Amino acid sequence: MGNISRRSLLRTGGALVVSFGAPLASPIAASAQTQPKAGPPPDQLDTWLAIQHDGSVTAFFGKMDPGQGVDVAIRQIVAEELDIAVERVAIVMGDTARTANQGGASGSTGIERGGITLRYAGAEARRVLLDLAGQHLGAPVDALRVRDGVVSCIADPARQVSYGDLIGDRHFDVPLQWNGVYGNGLVARGRAEPKHPGDYHIVGTSVPRTDIPEKVFARHHFVTDIRLPGMLHARMIRPAVTGSVPIAVDEASIADIAGARVVWKQGFLGVAAPREWDAIRAARTLKVTWSQAVPPFPGTAALYDHMRAATPIARKEPVKQGDADAAIAGATKIVEAEYEWPFQSHASMGPACAVVDARPDSATVWTGTQKPHFAAMGVARILGLTLAQVRGIWVRGAGSYGRNDAGDAAMDAAVMSQALGAPVRVQYMRADGTGWDPKGPASIHRARAGLDANGKVVGYRFDSRGFSRTDIATTESDPAHSLAGQLMDMKLSPTQEFGIPTEPYQFPAQLRAWETIPALFDRASPLRSSHLRDPVGPQLGFASESFIDELAHAAGADAVAFRLAHLQDPRAIAAIGACAASFRWQARIAGSLRVADPVVTGRGFAYSQRGQTIVALAVEVEVNRTTGRVRPRRWTVAHDCGLVINPQGLRLCIESNIAQGSSRALWEEVTFNPAMVTSVDWVSYPILDMADAPDAIDIVLLDRPDLPPSGAGEGSIRPVAAAIGNAIFDATGIRLHRAPFTPERIKEALGVPT
Amino acid sequence: MTQHIVLDIDGQQYPVDADPDMPLLYALRDHLQLDNPRFGCGLGQCGACTVHVDGAPTRSCSLPISAVGTARIVTLAGLGTPDQPHVLQTAFIQEQATQCGYCLNGWIMTAAALLRDKPHATEADIRDGLSGLKCRCGAHLAILRAVTRAARA
Repeated sequence: MGNISRRSLLRTGGALVVSFGAPLASPIAASAQTQPKAGPPPDQLDTWLAIQHDGSVTAFFGKMDPGQGVDVAIRQIVAEELDIAVERVAIVMGDTARTANQGGASGSTGIERGGITLRYAGAEARRVLLDLAGQHLGAPVDALRVRDGVVSCIADPARQVSYGDLIGDRHFDVPLQWNGVYGNGLVARGRAEPKHPGDYHIVGTSVPRTDIPEKVFARHHFVTDIRLPGMLHARMIRPAVTGSVPIAVDEASIADIAGARVVWKQGFLGVAAPREWDAIRAARTLKVTWSQAVPPFPGTAALYDHMRAATPIARKEPVKQGDADAAIAGATKIVEAEYEWPFQSHASMGPACAVVDARPDSATVWTGTQKPHFAAMGVARILGLTLAQVRGIWVRGAGSYGRNDAGDAAMDAAVMSQALGAPVRVQYMRADGTGWDPKGPASIHRARAGLDANGKVVGYRFDSRGFSRTDIATTESDPAHSLAGQLMDMKLSPTQEFGIPTEPYQFPAQLRAWETIPALFDRASPLRSSHLRDPVGPQLGFASESFIDELAHAAGADAVAFRLAHLQDPRAIAAIGACAASFRWQARIAGSLRVADPVVTGRGFAYSQRGQTIVALAVEVEVNRTTGRVRPRRWTVAHDCGLVINPQGLRLCIESNIAQGSSRALWEEVTFNPAMVTSVDWVSYPILDMADAPDAIDIVLLDRPDLPPSGAGEGSIRPVAAAIGNAIFDATGIRLHRAPFTPERIKEALGVPT
Repeated sequence: MTQHIVLDIDGQQYPVDADPDMPLLYALRDHLQLDNPRFGCGLGQCGACTVHVDGAPTRSCSLPISAVGTARIVTLAGLGTPDQPHVLQTAFIQEQATQCGYCLNGWIMTAAALLRDKPHATEADIRDGLSGLKCRCGAHLAILRAVTRAARA
């Protein structure tokens, strides 16, 4: 025990009190810093795991859970390696003072990347604990076993010691090998080999989420519920014409609103007041004179014409095999089509909220962003502080689904707090959230292929043209990529990025390329583009998998058979086969059972591969030829994301992908006039309604314990629009080349008077 | 322009001094720190702020406090507790029927009034009764399962 007694005690939290309200008398301690410091070192086991005196475990996760229950999966992984009940493993997420920067929620890597180091840490902690137990019990390690955090001698189970007794409340002080990387690529590991998946008994089970009872009983707190002593509520004031800036602000116009104050720096304009309603009133009342600006946008109706006429600024050809053009030119039959996808909004359920307490030599930001470590960097830079002086604390926000408005709110709150010398809570209004969030980029996709006499593809081209998915960066680490930074004339540094379809169809000659065109307005634009769930995946999947369907039809082939004829990857073939079987897909040519009834049904198929995650979808849709309304009724999803950690959590995540994907396919389109985005609320930017929800989603999980887990947060949203569009074609003979498939668009395509 | 109003919330009396035009939501959240009703849109379009006002599911973001009078307000916190849960609270946990959960309040509060008035609501009744509420995460099917389970409980 001497070895243990020298171990340092776990540090305890500080004392800054943060009140969440409800009830008034029970503020919770958020253990915020009095002495801010940079995050914990990734090369120490103590950074990842702590064991309390009662033997319970805390895992420190440098990502966060955006609402899919990733935290439960991480707890399962840790519990599995430590051989302790999952209920005894708690998790701390996304706090820059307590967790290493693992990149936040990013690209569905919560488990795929974020779980790796936690798994290694669990295994290493178990190894260290067994060593300690061996010394304590006077037995060799291979004569010991662990049951729920208690180590005992196999031959004499009465000789036992618990994890809590071995190391409770003390540091491990064990180094790990760290690859030197922060973010998604961070990996640190110890000497221990993790368990073989064949020995799992916690991983692979449906452990329920702990946050849901809290939410259901009104005890869970979101970032919107953070309160600090002396905190002011703030609202931002945005121009009516993009590019216009305040040239005069009449502070006297809000003089009768208690405590209302203005912060105005170049284009940045906000108001704050001790009471939230007063801040809202001040924002509505403040008299502002705005500069004349030339409305910069083409308007929704002219978007795709503008995009076709634009001069590209970047082009890449990530897949180029053989001479696709020559192969197509020599084909028996040539098929070509163009597809169009609009700007889409994150339209998070709650507009973004952040609280910043900026002091002269430190700051704390409470944020709902999915990348709190990067938000803390951005706050440091916009305030002129060092990273070590800023603490970022993630508190759950409304589901963000990428670089939504949360990153902007954090910077706005920082600027306001510094200017006002008080903690500031910024919460956006609905129009700020839907109208001013970074958008998923609009795009046009041109597909062209040649078929031989046997209906096989001999050449294939897929060319995308869109706005960059990184017009603003996908993290908030550089405030020049936030509205606040851009409104205060920080130097712009957009990058050019789009993407290509990644399904491994075996076409003998093919070219998959993308090009980007300049942003419609370069600075503080409500149409700046960035990452929205499965960045550019739904648009690519819509076009590429609709086109495969068009090719199958042109070849006189069944859509499933046609895909299988061009695939060799066994996992893809297995997923497609499993989907078709569970859906009871019967081979036939699309559109061959069409009838002229007022309400018709059709079926569609689509497939996607995103990273290592493979998804095959089949859907039966109902099309009302009178109203133009499309309702997917019945889905089958075959899903292969390697090893499954939590089947129930995975199923619910897939269901939500299908629903959100349906919403984007059927309803969602950012509209704008020459001056401003005009889709600013739930009426002008409708999303899927309960009335349109499917009857059933049948999910076939293809568990692959032999493969590492890959991301499931986005893969199944990608093929949704194509599956629906293909089903509409089967039902009606109408091929839709532009999303979303709104009732108006369906009626127009069917020739029904609108 | 400030008015003194006493609000009856979850069986307790709360005095509030505020602009009579202020929506009830801000009295609940900012003045009283009763956080569960959530700001989603401020336009009565999403339901995240729903409370019961004399039993009627009401969008508190769009109801001026001067219009509340002596009406009895019930929030999600007043619907049930872990010891005495409302049947819907049990069902939502059993079905794990939420993703981020920001909208959850609106679904449960609206469904609670629906099931009170129609205890054996069919799935069609439930779809119809919950139409207009928003869930960005796409938890629609899980929510439907939860409410249907509660209707059969």
